[in-house]
Amino acid sequence: MKIGFYPGCSLTGSSREYNESLLAIAKEAGVELFEIKDWNCCGATAAHNLSKELSLSLPARNLALAELEEMDELVVPCAACFNRLVMTQHELSEKEDVRKVISEKLQMPLKNNVKIYNVLQFLEKHIVPRLDQLVKNPLTYDVACYYGCLLVRPQKVMKSDRFEDPMSMDVIMTKLGANPIDWPFKTECCGAGFSVSKTEIVGELSGKIVRNATDRGAKAIVVACPMCHSNLDMRRPAINTYLNMKMDIPVIYITQAIALAMGLTPCQAGIQRHFVPVNLTVNR
Amino acid sequence: MDKEGLSFKVSQATGVNIRECYQCGKCTAGCPVGERMDLRPSVIMRMLQSGDSASEEEILRSNSIWLCLTCETCYSRCPMELDIPKVFDYLREKSYAEGKVNAQSSDIVTFHKSFLNAVERNGRLHEMSLILDYKIHSGNLFQDVTLAPEMYGKGKLHILPERIKDRKGLARLFKDQFKKRKS
Amino acid sequence: MSKIGVFICHCGENISATVDVARVAEAAGQIDGVAFSTDYKYMCSDPGQTMIRQAIKEKGLTGVVVGSCSPRMHEPTFRKACQEAGLNPFMCEMANLREHCSWVHDKSEATTQKAIDLVRTLVEKVKLNKPLFSIKVPVTKTALVIGGGIAGIQASLDIASAGHQVILVEKDPSIGGHMSQLSETFPTLDCSQCILTPRMVEVAQHPNITLMTYAELEKLEGSIGNFKATIRKKAKSIDENLCTGCGTCITKCPTKKIPSEFNTGLGMRTAIYVPFPQAVPNKPVIDKANCSYYQKGKCKVCEKVCPTGAIRFDQEDELVELEVGAVVIATGFDIMQPSGFPEYGYGKYKDVITGLQFERLASASGPTLGEIRRPSDGKIPEKIVFVACAGSRDPAKGIPYCSKICCMYTAKHAMLYQHKVHGGKSYIFYMDIRAAGKNYEEFVRRAIVEDAVNYIRGRVSKIYEENGKLIVKGVDTLLSAKPVEIEADMVVLASAAVANPGAEELAQKMHVSYDSYNFFSEAHPKLKPVETNTAGIFLAGACQAPKDIPETVAQASGAASKVIILFSKDELSRDPLIAVVNRSPAPVFSTCVGCFMCTSACPYQAIGEELITNRQGKVIKKVAKVNPGLCQGCGTCVAFCRSKSIDIQGYSNEQMCAEVVALLNND
Repeated sequence: MKIGFYPGCSLTGSSREYNESLLAIAKEAGVELFEIKDWNCCGATAAHNLSKELSLSLPARNLALAELEEMDELVVPCAACFNRLVMTQHELSEKEDVRKVISEKLQMPLKNNVKIYNVLQFLEKHIVPRLDQLVKNPLTYDVACYYGCLLVRPQKVMKSDRFEDPMSMDVIMTKLGANPIDWPFKTECCGAGFSVSKTEIVGELSGKIVRNATDRGAKAIVVACPMCHSNLDMRRPAINTYLNMKMDIPVIYITQAIALAMGLTPCQAGIQRHFVPVNLTVNR
Repeated sequence: MDKEGLSFKVSQATGVNIRECYQCGKCTAGCPVGERMDLRPSVIMRMLQSGDSASEEEILRSNSIWLCLTCETCYSRCPMELDIPKVFDYLREKSYAEGKVNAQSSDIVTFHKSFLNAVERNGRLHEMSLILDYKIHSGNLFQDVTLAPEMYGKGKLHILPERIKDRKGLARLFKDQFKKRKS
Repeated sequence: MSKIGVFICHCGENISATVDVARVAEAAGQIDGVAFSTDYKYMCSDPGQTMIRQAIKEKGLTGVVVGSCSPRMHEPTFRKACQEAGLNPFMCEMANLREHCSWVHDKSEATTQKAIDLVRTLVEKVKLNKPLFSIKVPVTKTALVIGGGIAGIQASLDIASAGHQVILVEKDPSIGGHMSQLSETFPTLDCSQCILTPRMVEVAQHPNITLMTYAELEKLEGSIGNFKATIRKKAKSIDENLCTGCGTCITKCPTKKIPSEFNTGLGMRTAIYVPFPQAVPNKPVIDKANCSYYQKGKCKVCEKVCPTGAIRFDQEDELVELEVGAVVIATGFDIMQPSGFPEYGYGKYKDVITGLQFERLASASGPTLGEIRRPSDGKIPEKIVFVACAGSRDPAKGIPYCSKICCMYTAKHAMLYQHKVHGGKSYIFYMDIRAAGKNYEEFVRRAIVEDAVNYIRGRVSKIYEENGKLIVKGVDTLLSAKPVEIEADMVVLASAAVANPGAEELAQKMHVSYDSYNFFSEAHPKLKPVETNTAGIFLAGACQAPKDIPETVAQASGAASKVIILFSKDELSRDPLIAVVNRSPAPVFSTCVGCFMCTSACPYQAIGEELITNRQGKVIKKVAKVNPGLCQGCGTCVAFCRSKSIDIQGYSNEQMCAEVVALLNND
């Protein structure tokens, strides 16, 4: 079983801690991840906004590379990359003529049959079964699991059965000893790609999320997407401006939560790289 | 349906049958940026249905199509299962190609363009290139000035880009894509 | 020697625009055995029929072939014309030159040739036709009505008042159906129970109506005029002859926290219960699944306190066999559970309820005695949002059709709320307002103008709870799709009207057609709204499609009239196109070997055995025998029979062969 790994640009850059925590817990659990050689940017939001073809060819190149390396599964921790890869796979499987054109442009064969997993699916399959032995410090606080848009929608392509109220992250957090709260902002958009070009929109949309989580007593927001993390964490000043209040709730990646529960140090989990301080050392 | 009209072109390109929309407005009701849009999603669908060429111009020149976050909330709740994000992607590509981008949306489009420029150069996103490119083209020179050093301090910003090896293959993908915007 | 008359119809232009009818008539005239051949514009008209009658008399025709539309249209017309002229009606056949020819092909030589072939084929068949006579079947003048809501009640009363016996079977402990759950009815705002209960009592007291509650149809056999129905009377655990309905058992029952079905889960009931105070019959039943005695062997308090000793824990279900002549299906509808729309929060937030639940809140005999109160904390809501089309007109997650009644009952709900809570604010998110009935439009205008109900045109995207309030995210599409957010105290979802969960099973038991939504199918959407494709079984009410009370009552009376028409004859005429096992003189008697494969093949259980005996009474041979009252002429037995001993009258193997040969010999 060769598990391929597509980090994407965020994990190697502004969301390094996601990468670090993921690799750390994989190591603890004895799971080996093989990074695709010479992977390229999936195009994220920019490609599909400006060019249909690029929005397919950029992700397709990575799928073709995964096929060449004979990867059985391809883990894509970034939710946006995951969304683009799955959407591309779906579109190319529906339109055989387009698949051929893309394959020709890539000058690589493209069977379009790699199994693509997002981080939650990967954790469920490879890490959760070993959690019983690996959890040393259960996290005993209330958390708000935030899924964002791209992991669950569009539900026809993502094949999510609970796209209004997903539970897969909640289940993992429960296994870590935490108490995931029920809240209505699980899949409300955080402001997506407007971090730079329309920061005030991020302030408003992420602000609503932060406020609701805080009001309902959560001590941390757990995320599985680098863009959501960036908007909720790095853009906290914009959130505070919108809410006219200083909000302290920290935002951690699901992989970091697992890392802490496994007894790894905050540094191994990359906690120090966050903008909003993470003070979760005491029990509830 | 008028074969020259935008509605027909949208249907052909996206496979979405615009006629199925019965104007319930659920898309707008759930849109996170609905309040800010000049032309809301359900209104744009109605304008496409009307086949009126003045409306079609208005759509391509609107701010709305660029404010759309592609959060897919509209598509997931539409009772007629209309792929509105796909329609908007098409409208955006057309708006950009025909040089009709709304002045209020220029920052957004500049960001997308800068992003793709950075990817074209290196195959992976080099954030510094993206930010510099964006600042130069948008004129927002002092935006996020304090953020960069903080990010660098946390190890999140690389000075040098990571470059892929197969840049030739990448160049093939970028050839003739998203033509330079007319001002 | 055959003398067949051929009559080719133009059917206006329906046939003649595509087929050269004159040529067809001419070609038919050349066939050996055809004595007369002509064409005419409208054969089904009076002059057309006169033409047939005249030709029969003048030419001494022995058979008639009409080349025109489908027999399903005019076969009775032409057969009657033949009969009037003294020719056995079953010597008349139709060649379908319309649905099978002119309507499915373009005008061409091949099309005309096909018409000629079709006519020739039928001529060869008719040469082998034999005179047949209708089968008379006695009619049992008792009707079975399944379902005791307003539709079943109305149908029962009509049939019973015409002097016939009716058995009304209802699966719940009481009749009344959904109408008994309503508080007021539109457009008059009459108290629902006040207008319904007199009818319910009438049903209970009518000498011609036998009421079986807490009972369901187990099996239905037979055919029109002669059905055999098996009813399962579920054990009520009560001796109804001894029970006086005093209610002591109910007050003493210790199991009090069962969600009441009648109160749509908003209130509780006991294990021994009567669904509502005005129930008919007003005698309790024991809910075995929730009764302490039946589940754990303890309690029996009801038995101890019953003054007449009417409790019977040992009572079993009873199967009753009935002979009936007609069946009326009046099983009603159900409300879709909106949990299929997670964005609305139904099931998650207590104060998001369905329209039917609102009826119970508004109802004077409901869980809050007619006060509109929030299920969560019992407070009176100051702001209510009503969401129309919550499930209807929704191909994605609901049903694509319109549930018809919601626009009206939502207006009614908002009006009732405004009348009860004077300072209250109500909002209705709608897509269209469908108020087509008599006084319906005026009713809705009254809600908007006089009662200040706020109608907002747009759908709701999401409902969630914050600080005890429900945040409703909607839109006003009439104001350039402006997003509208309302902080409501309660949300009422006008959920879709769907078929009852048991509808599919019931339809299959009765061999009645149903559609993909499990609504029962009418025989013709325009002209036969109360009949099904199964003769003798009729439809009334919402089990056929969502409808309001006036339409239900009208349809119920319509179904009743069909039953009364059926019962107005002592005998039914059945078409003699049925299977017959051949008989011949001794010593053969029949080529049938008595294998009875036909019996097991017959879908209508219409084949039995016949014992052929000699003069001393000794059995010589056992052969199959078809019951002419049950056989539907499907021909399955003919296909099964290895000795070719069974055949369909009017569609014999010989006739079918002749048709095939004629079809192939086109010279």
